[in-house]
Amino acid sequence: MSDKKKPNRRDFIFTATAAVGAVGAGAAAWPLIDQMNPDASVKALASTEVDVSSLQPGQSITVLWRGKPVFIKRRTENEISEARNVKISDLKHPEKDEDRAQNPEWLVMLGVCTHLGCVPLADKGEYGGWFCPCHGSHYDTAGRIRKGPAPTNLEIPKYEFVNSNTIKIG
Amino acid sequence: MSDHNYTPSSKFGKWFNDRLPLLTLANHLTDYPTPKNLNYWWTFGGILTFCLITQIITGLVLAMHYIAHADLAFSSVEHIMRDVNYGWLIRYIHANGASMFFLAVYIHIFRSLFYGSYKAPREIIWILGIMIYLLMMAAAFMGYVLPWGQMSFWGATVITNLFSAIPLVGESITTWLWGGYSVDNPTLTRFFTLHYLIPFLILGLVVLHIWALHVPGNNNPVGIDIQKPSKDTVPFHPYIVIKDLFALLLFMIVFAFFVFYSPNILGHADNYIEANPLVTPAHIVPEWYLLPFYAILRSIPDKLLGVVAMLSAIFILAALPWLDTSKVRSAVFRPLYKQFYWILVIDVLILGYVGAMPAEGLYLLIARVATTYYFLHFLLILPILGKIEKTTPLPLSITSPVLGGSADLAMAKNTDIRKEKL
Repeated sequence: MSDKKKPNRRDFIFTATAAVGAVGAGAAAWPLIDQMNPDASVKALASTEVDVSSLQPGQSITVLWRGKPVFIKRRTENEISEARNVKISDLKHPEKDEDRAQNPEWLVMLGVCTHLGCVPLADKGEYGGWFCPCHGSHYDTAGRIRKGPAPTNLEIPKYEFVNSNTIKIG
Repeated sequence: MSDHNYTPSSKFGKWFNDRLPLLTLANHLTDYPTPKNLNYWWTFGGILTFCLITQIITGLVLAMHYIAHADLAFSSVEHIMRDVNYGWLIRYIHANGASMFFLAVYIHIFRSLFYGSYKAPREIIWILGIMIYLLMMAAAFMGYVLPWGQMSFWGATVITNLFSAIPLVGESITTWLWGGYSVDNPTLTRFFTLHYLIPFLILGLVVLHIWALHVPGNNNPVGIDIQKPSKDTVPFHPYIVIKDLFALLLFMIVFAFFVFYSPNILGHADNYIEANPLVTPAHIVPEWYLLPFYAILRSIPDKLLGVVAMLSAIFILAALPWLDTSKVRSAVFRPLYKQFYWILVIDVLILGYVGAMPAEGLYLLIARVATTYYFLHFLLILPILGKIEKTTPLPLSITSPVLGGSADLAMAKNTDIRKEKL
């Protein structure tokens, strides 16, 4: 029994029909899946402008961006030097403070713990930065993870200074 | 049907099947013997299943974005149309899908009327079908209310007010239905809940409908029982599956035409105006598929009797297996019934037409004549026709008219002659 069955016309038609049917089913399924992605009204809210003129050094505010809290902290000289004098090799997720803060005085980052999504508390923890009450992650004055289960530093969103008083997030 | 003898070939299959006979069920559905003379009018059962599933899936999606609140419903529908990814497509499929569903169900019902599929031993299938049809109308009506446009609001007002025709308790029943003193937010939220529930009730009834069908098997265009399964039937798969799929494909072309080229042609422009309890639109008309019953309602100049007539027009269908006294199923062999059948089709189309017209003058007169005829057909013509009609001879088997060329040739003696020739 060495004769290999050669595909005939019927096999071709069968395969072609199934292929077209699969493409059609996929095309029909895609709108049903994509409708769960962020819609146009959500995307329209993708950036937020914040007036930070009233913040004094040492103060911070929390604003809502895309449904998540964003910490905007105006750091004191102390906090800045503390953040810059850490040995990079001591960090769990090595990042220079210069890479995290465009302007050393201003730290803008997502207030979402990288462990499981809780909101860390400000001015708490062993490193003078933030402390997450859910599972005990300690962040330093640059929002970098120093101790606890969180795997990475607090995320820095895309932001820019529109003018000296206004930050546009997103 | 020898379903119960099925044994799965694999060891695991056998183990599983002994505990839950799903494989026996799958085998039954695959091998299910189907009359080999089924024509394309028999493909609408499959098409209707497709319609139901489409409505359920698109409906689930819409419910993810829709907000059932009198202040937000209208704008949430606009949000679906403008903002949600492919929301316009999904809503247009759902809205036109309702019309396609009714188009298919009317063809399905009239196929049954023509070929006598409601007769013994298929009365339960028929009654389950009428129940499905009733639930479809309820679901369609409540779904139409959800966008909270002018037609939604006033359609809901008019239909719920039908119940106020009930003597003594009518007013309390409408108040109960509304959850207030007019159609308002409580009405909307309960309609949304019921609109979500009913399709699953329909799905359950469809399972029973198919189960009941699989006991005696399909009727067929000549309307006689299967004599020899080996000669008169083909297995459901692949023969009927492929035929149903092909018919479904053609149906989907019509469906797609409405969705992509004229998605609003079957609706009313007034429903793009937000509901306003202070202003009724100039012309209140239900969706096309409810028009014949609407015409019957309006043709009776009495509130209570109008409602009774409209509901009777639907419920009379459930009694059809006993109103039609003829033992012959298919209209092919009933020369008189065939003519009355087409008169009924035209009568229902006329009712649909006058239902869309203003209830005055000539239209009202036509509606009254057509309504009278509708009831005459079921209550007088069918019972008498069964007694007096001289039917043409039935073929001996499903196969014989195919071989003989025409049904008449297949009479007993002719078959014998042909057998000799062969």
